[in-house]
Amino acid sequence: MLKSLFTSEISLGLAQAGIASLLALAVVFLARRRNIHLEKDASIALLRGIVQIVAVGSVLAMLLKAPRWSSVFLLTGMVLAAGSISAKRAKNIPGAAKVSTYSIAVGAGLVTAIMTWAGVIDTAITSLIPVGSMIIANAMNTNGLALNRFRSEVLAHTGEIETALALGATPQATIGRYAESSIHSSLIPAIDNLRSLGIVWIPGLMTGMLLSGAKPMYAAIYQFVVIAMILASSGLTSLLSTTMIQGHAFSPADQLLLKGTE
Amino acid sequence: MTGTVSQISTSNLRAEGLSRAVPGKVIVSDVSLEVSAGEVLGIVGASGSGKSSLLRLLNRLDEPTAGTVYLDGTDCRQIPPRELRRRIGMVTQRPFLFPGDVALNLRFGPAQRGETMTDAEVSKLLEQVGLAGFAANEVSVLSGGEQQRVSLARSLANRPEVLLLDEPTSALDEQSKSEIERLVGTVAHDQGLACVLVTHDRDQARRLCHRVVLLDAGLAVKSGTTLEVLGA
Repeated sequence: MLKSLFTSEISLGLAQAGIASLLALAVVFLARRRNIHLEKDASIALLRGIVQIVAVGSVLAMLLKAPRWSSVFLLTGMVLAAGSISAKRAKNIPGAAKVSTYSIAVGAGLVTAIMTWAGVIDTAITSLIPVGSMIIANAMNTNGLALNRFRSEVLAHTGEIETALALGATPQATIGRYAESSIHSSLIPAIDNLRSLGIVWIPGLMTGMLLSGAKPMYAAIYQFVVIAMILASSGLTSLLSTTMIQGHAFSPADQLLLKGTE
Repeated sequence: MTGTVSQISTSNLRAEGLSRAVPGKVIVSDVSLEVSAGEVLGIVGASGSGKSSLLRLLNRLDEPTAGTVYLDGTDCRQIPPRELRRRIGMVTQRPFLFPGDVALNLRFGPAQRGETMTDAEVSKLLEQVGLAGFAANEVSVLSGGEQQRVSLARSLANRPEVLLLDEPTSALDEQSKSEIERLVGTVAHDQGLACVLVTHDRDQARRLCHRVVLLDAGLAVKSGTTLEVLGA
């Protein structure tokens, strides 16, 4: 229906974005009737989302003509932003932003670098940026889930942790099981994505490849490659951030810093 | 494990000008106290008076913002935290036993230093707290009083010189409460442990403590013998 109303692609895209946003706002309205107030968060997120993605689209349009190495700067910028956003899931943990940024940089960066070196990801900006951003975004989500779960586990088990400390245990011994649980939980979405691949969902990248004329079999296999890369980078990110954040949860005198109010 | 669990201690604990403040709130303010081997010192006060917070400063679970604690004359900051906490044991209001059997809980502390308690040492310690034959029992099936006695035995397994007790009987029935009180009196007397007991129960302080510090809003408002501070 919309296609008959709009002649330019940009107008059509904006109209489509408007309808998708209206649907999201309708859900927010439904939630409000049940006293779940998402109005502010959802409105800001929708507005930020459209502005950010249009900005990225504009940058990509410009970068099509830029040298290949310039994608490194864009990916670095994405990692810094991802670290900052993800750290907000770890309130009251000192150093969470640094840990998040470092973990995402190593997790996503290492996997992207290896796969680019192996020729799996093309070095063309139009390939490296979309695939790299997918890897970074998923590493960010996993990192946020891991830190959030770690924080919840520690807050829920403060008594047990401090009891073990009071008996002379090391911080690592008191908190190890909660860190393991955080890593496991944070990877559930990435593992489920692999499990359900092709059965429950056909991801956007494969759809895009099919639409642009790629052979279905290659598009399918490449999609698996991307999801497997996401699992690898998310796993590495989660392992790193959970390991590093344990050190930040305690003082040099082995005192638990991550606690509720005194 | 070397030594025995009933080794006699002669240590004492001294705190000078201890304070702890968090943004917008003073929790403990300039409290000094001293407790000697074989003595039970009571920290008495209403809820929120800073009793438990003060206790946590004594084994450095929290860091004082001013003042310090001396164990046998040595500044606690000079003692590695894990060693300090082995020497200053703690029993909390809720026992927070680790999942598994009673023996596993008792062996936890020594295992942190790479020591292994023998079955005989576990049995002897359990006998001491009135739980003979409980070594293989799962902690999840124990009563509240039994759990608290396991918690006490778990602290004693570390062979501490000082024992901090944070409202150890407040969640227990009268019978269990009496048993724990008897045990605390026994370990202080027989093992020469210096005990610091936090309680809101003045009668309990009268029954157990040699001396008392009365706390109000983080301040030590009165200290002396139990009779002087709490009356008869």
